[in-house]
Amino acid sequence: MRLGALTRNLYLTVVALLGLSAVAPAMAQSAEPIVVYSARNEQLIKPIFDRFTAETGIPIRFTTADAAVLIERLAAEGKNSPADVLMTVDAGELWNAANRGLLRPTRSKILEANIPATLRDPGNRWIGLSQRARTIVYHASRVDPRTLSTYEALAEPVWQGRLCLRSSKKVYNQSLVAMMIKARGEAATETTIRGWVANLAAPAFANDNQVMEAIAAGQCDVGIVNTYYLGRLLQKRPEFPVKVFWANQRGDGTHVNVSGAGITRYARNAAGAQKLLEWLSEGEAQRLFAGSNMEYPVNPKVEIDPLVRSWGSFTPSRINIIEAGRRQAAAVRVMDRAGWR
Amino acid sequence: MLARWRASLVILLAAAPALVVLAGLVGAWLTPAGDALQHQWRYLLPDASRNTLILVVAVATGAALLGTALAALVALCDFPGRSFFSWGLLLPLSIPGYVLAAVFAGSLDYSSPLYSWLREEIGWQWPSIRSLGGAALVLTLTLFPYVYLIARVAFESAAQRYLEAAALLGRTRLQATREVLLPLAVPAILASTALVAMETLADFGVVAALNVDTLTTALYRAWYGMFSLITAQQIAGFLVIMALLLLLLEQRARHALRMREAGGVTLRRQQLKPLPAALSTLFATVVLGISFAWPVAHLLSWASTHFAADLDARYWGYLARSVALAAAGALLVVSTSTLFVYARRQNVSWVARSFAPLATAGYAIPGTVLAVGLYAPLTQSLPWLQGTLVVLFVAYLTRFFAVGHAPMAAGLARLPVALDEAALLLGSRPLERWQKIHWPMLKGSVAAAFVLTFVDLMKELPITLLTRPFGFETLAIRVFELTSEGEWDRAAVPALALVLAGLWPLKWLAGRMSHAT
Repeated sequence: MRLGALTRNLYLTVVALLGLSAVAPAMAQSAEPIVVYSARNEQLIKPIFDRFTAETGIPIRFTTADAAVLIERLAAEGKNSPADVLMTVDAGELWNAANRGLLRPTRSKILEANIPATLRDPGNRWIGLSQRARTIVYHASRVDPRTLSTYEALAEPVWQGRLCLRSSKKVYNQSLVAMMIKARGEAATETTIRGWVANLAAPAFANDNQVMEAIAAGQCDVGIVNTYYLGRLLQKRPEFPVKVFWANQRGDGTHVNVSGAGITRYARNAAGAQKLLEWLSEGEAQRLFAGSNMEYPVNPKVEIDPLVRSWGSFTPSRINIIEAGRRQAAAVRVMDRAGWR
Repeated sequence: MLARWRASLVILLAAAPALVVLAGLVGAWLTPAGDALQHQWRYLLPDASRNTLILVVAVATGAALLGTALAALVALCDFPGRSFFSWGLLLPLSIPGYVLAAVFAGSLDYSSPLYSWLREEIGWQWPSIRSLGGAALVLTLTLFPYVYLIARVAFESAAQRYLEAAALLGRTRLQATREVLLPLAVPAILASTALVAMETLADFGVVAALNVDTLTTALYRAWYGMFSLITAQQIAGFLVIMALLLLLLEQRARHALRMREAGGVTLRRQQLKPLPAALSTLFATVVLGISFAWPVAHLLSWASTHFAADLDARYWGYLARSVALAAAGALLVVSTSTLFVYARRQNVSWVARSFAPLATAGYAIPGTVLAVGLYAPLTQSLPWLQGTLVVLFVAYLTRFFAVGHAPMAAGLARLPVALDEAALLLGSRPLERWQKIHWPMLKGSVAAAFVLTFVDLMKELPITLLTRPFGFETLAIRVFELTSEGEWDRAAVPALALVLAGLWPLKWLAGRMSHAT
């Protein structure tokens, strides 16, 4: 019975491996660790967390998943949750977590001084840690940037068959539309989106990279993306023929979302968590947090990555980013009605 | 073999976690959740339901045809490369569907070098891969090996004497295959096709990567976009109902066919003439080329610039954890489903009989919904479970029970009850009957169930992501981390490691199965 023996060996291997992996992380740490639930991915946060531990001696344990899932986990765990910090890549999810009573308010002079008021929760339950600008990009030779002005103008017939958009399933587009609703109301926003949909050169794409590849390949001329995706493409292919246009500079400013964090309601190490957030909001940590993904720092005193700086400065939206969460569900409805898939 | 009440208990225990999740979905239907669902009915669900139906029918048909044809070819005929294809055709299983979708989108869409070149040089145009048809193609190519494997076991265990009887009646080999062997394999084909259909129902990765609207994308839109988990669970309820209807259809069809006995002299493969042999090799090569070789080559080209920077000692850890979780999960699923199919053979209580089908319904629930649906009740009633792997394994069992169950059910269905009765008359003990009679005839099915579950668990993401301990990274999680911000070329490194890690068990299975038959 060879299969039987094999099965037994397999059992033993499995048990041994599971045992090893359970024991390994438990090996001695001194200071009380900070536990982070993060929707920002491992390769972006781990180097910075390691640095924090090296500087302060406070270890950080973290796990990653989609924000919506982490929020359900926090809610399910309640008082038993080990989490001290919830970190997301979008303000809407932070608003949602705060709205469900999963985050606690924190007053901190340091955070207030370092982070502009529009990029934090008015109730102090969460803060932005990096800015993600979502703006218009265009083909370097087929589009004269003087013909560009606002997101809304992309709904005009002149762009018929020339616009590429990412799917409305992505929260980045939902936040953009939520902020448009706040600025102009649902009816006007719906008209704009109907115009966008009518102008699409191809069905909506699954990610921002595909939008820019389509522009480069000549499928369309303009699109709306988060600028760090372009930054990454340009790092690999400096000749990539797509450029940034800062939208709505004469009006309400370019849409920015945040990657941010809040301290959980039942945090066991709230002091440590606050220390971590304050540390992330300034100096080298803040530069790294934004720079490692070519995002914009929230702290205006911190230096911007040179490639990112080459796109020029811009005026961001003056509306508090909390509206992206408050109006996200309304935004989804508007996009559904207008047929943006 | 088991006493009646014990059999009932086994069935109820195996179905229990699925029942917990299903109770949650029923609960969602009883919870008021504003008008999100009405909104979706008006603007999304009609199209989404239509797309889901078309997709399920198209993928089930495609996978059944492709899988059965290849299984018959490999099991019944000899042609150049047969012994390689016998396990090679399982390789597409090791590529996660969403990875294949990303490769197809990256290499066939308008902006891809291939399409750009054809368009500019030859003036060729083809329909966008980012469409319902594209999603059906990708899902068929990743899922046909389920049918291929389970049908092949059925063909291979068919008896030579059937063919001999058919030959005596003047049938050609082809006629005998169509009239005798195919009907014998139908229960296996149906069971595996039902598996494919359920996987298609629950798929989110492929349809999201190609931006096709289905019930699952509507579900995530309600949850992630409109912050309404309740609405998402209500939509998951539709998926379960569709899955149960599918299972009912499959069972009806299976019962209508009656069971046929297997065993006896194993059949001899027919040596094909040169032209059919060459065509068979070509067919298998093309299928494997499109569904495996080409995507792997594409991943290699993506990964080429990142191997140096990304591939380091950590990968041993990712690999070990992936293999450990998948192997332990597969053992759990296979042992439970083995007990389960034996229990189902008994004359069990009506309660157990009516709950039994629900045990396999978990496969039609998207992993994230299932994970959340189990995590909350389990950790709230038993807080000490938090941070342990128990929730993870319970969720694995709930979601993947169907994958282990299908080959086992198909395998056991071929063992006539008369065989047990004869052994009983000879005064054999249960364990002896299992060792001497059932095991030799079932080990092909056990191996198939183990490997299918193992490979599926290697690719599993949402459950592992939510329920893993801190810092517990696997290859699939590595792919997730890198793709969550669109870094597909870097993600190709762990994706390739995932494929390589799948090679060994698939090849092992092929070896076991040739011994088994």
